[in-house]
Amino acid sequence: MSTASAANASTSAGPAGRHASGRALLEVRDLVVELPVEGSLRPVLHGLSLSIQPGEALGLVGESGSGKSMTARAIDRLLPPGARVRGTIRFDGRDVMGMEGPELRRFRTEVAMIFQDPRAHTNPVRRIGDFMTEALRTNEGVPLREAEHRAIQLLESVGIEDGPRRLRQYPHELSGGLLQRVMIATALLTRPRLLLADEPTTALDVTTQAEVMAILDELRREMGLAMLFITHDLELAAAVCDRTAVMYAGRVMEVRVSSLLHDDPLHPYTAALAAARPRIDATLPRLAAIPGRPLSAFEAPADACAFASRCPYVQEECGRRQPELVELDGGLTRCRRAVELRGTLGARRA
Amino acid sequence: MTEPVLEVADLRKTYGDLLAVDGVSFSVWPGGSLAIVGESGSGKTTVAKMIVGLERPTAGTIRACGRDRSSPARSTGERRRRGREVQIVFQDPYTSLDPRQTVERALDEVLRLHHGWDREQRRRRVLELGELVGLDARQIRALPRSLSGGQRQRVAIARALAAEPKVLILDESVASLDVSIQAQVLNLLADIRDETDISYVVISHDLAVVRQLTEETVVMWHGRIVERGPTPRVLDRPGHDYTKRLRASVPRPGWKPKRRNTAVSGARGE
Repeated sequence: MSTASAANASTSAGPAGRHASGRALLEVRDLVVELPVEGSLRPVLHGLSLSIQPGEALGLVGESGSGKSMTARAIDRLLPPGARVRGTIRFDGRDVMGMEGPELRRFRTEVAMIFQDPRAHTNPVRRIGDFMTEALRTNEGVPLREAEHRAIQLLESVGIEDGPRRLRQYPHELSGGLLQRVMIATALLTRPRLLLADEPTTALDVTTQAEVMAILDELRREMGLAMLFITHDLELAAAVCDRTAVMYAGRVMEVRVSSLLHDDPLHPYTAALAAARPRIDATLPRLAAIPGRPLSAFEAPADACAFASRCPYVQEECGRRQPELVELDGGLTRCRRAVELRGTLGARRA
Repeated sequence: MTEPVLEVADLRKTYGDLLAVDGVSFSVWPGGSLAIVGESGSGKTTVAKMIVGLERPTAGTIRACGRDRSSPARSTGERRRRGREVQIVFQDPYTSLDPRQTVERALDEVLRLHHGWDREQRRRRVLELGELVGLDARQIRALPRSLSGGQRQRVAIARALAAEPKVLILDESVASLDVSIQAQVLNLLADIRDETDISYVVISHDLAVVRQLTEETVVMWHGRIVERGPTPRVLDRPGHDYTKRLRASVPRPGWKPKRRNTAVSGARGE
């Protein structure tokens, strides 16, 4: 089956993975990123494409080395020095890669980022208030009193009521969950339109994770904020995002409406990831482990499917050509057998 | 009637004014598997550290294989014997291995210390252990830095098994592994228990891992056991409010995160 006929088999009217109407807030196309490692360039992304609509939450799921964090860093122009980038990133129609000076600063107020470890992204000797209001004061010239007032209001909306006292505290005086809420409030202070969230709850306890996710979800809806939510946890992404993209070895393998991800995945890798997790509601005689180990982007073959060596559905042809990301059943998939396998991969939950 | 292989009674640990572990009791039977579930600060890791002798209990008793180990070992021989009773595998495979030691030497050292076998016997056992945890001959000769996280964690498990302990404590031992590797290690742990009479104490915040690996569960909260029972019952029909909240916090299809509706204002935060 050729990729062309897979594309023809699509049942969706509009471009899959995108909503039919309106312009994407973020459009990443054919993004290639290489980083210098010991004197040579190593690929971390192989032509990544994705789009996010205004107000939409897109999950980005993958194992270590898949390139999910690098995707967020490339979008926010936070790649290490010496990185080589090709492809296009457009935010609200503007070319992100060409931005400089004031335009780049304005872009950074419209796109905010939160990280896995809030403590690594705060300065231990600066008070919370100083840290929270810095962007407002320096980029937007908001007076200190006004900036603090807005910070206190946002702290309240993330469930921290004694804002004035918190502003005078130092990061070490706050628990991890509390500090992550401060980071969320800080990220939202400049009224961004897109939030890049890189494993923001991974270091938190599960009950705290639920709390932080609920806060994010609520504020996002109130503010019409779009989000790229990066996680290794397929179940979490599927639960909180409108659509989920699954990455492997520097490429997007599948993009699917989250509600269909478990029951009707389009790519064997997505199905394998879901099946490999133990279940909370049943003890399985044996877990469906995926043989081998995840490939990093730099190990991925250029002219073969990167998942081929671990895929239960592999055929000879899979090792000879790089499959394209094609539309199918309202989603996107990078598997040359996708049409043939459609509807059969979600058997685990049946 | 058989005796428990591990028995912890009324265990307490205080650090100054802080009561970290408060009256914890449980038993583990030969070939059994017990989960200790809880979040950070619940005291679960402190319990594990007291069992292996890395922390000294403030009060209470710990017995393994019928012998008391509530106070520090008095001799090298005694310490080694305890090592053959209980071993532990920690969460982080990057810091728990000596970076200068090949896998082979790390395993050989444990065998030499515990079993007094000759070189040839040890060499065979190193290969057997490697095979048991899925490491090939090349990986056996490698230094930890050339191994992936999943492979290092298997080395840590192989090293713990080299002492042929009766009880293996797994302290978040699969938490940092990628999903596809985690499944391999969980299957491996199930196989090892099928093939030997080893018992597990599984310390985890991941309730799905607990379901897959254990039969009995104790739930710890603020240093105390708040609920205990067969793992399926505890997870399917939790009795204590905290267990219910823990269960409800696990993402799953159709899950909607809920705010606890308690604004934080106290000094301690959460």
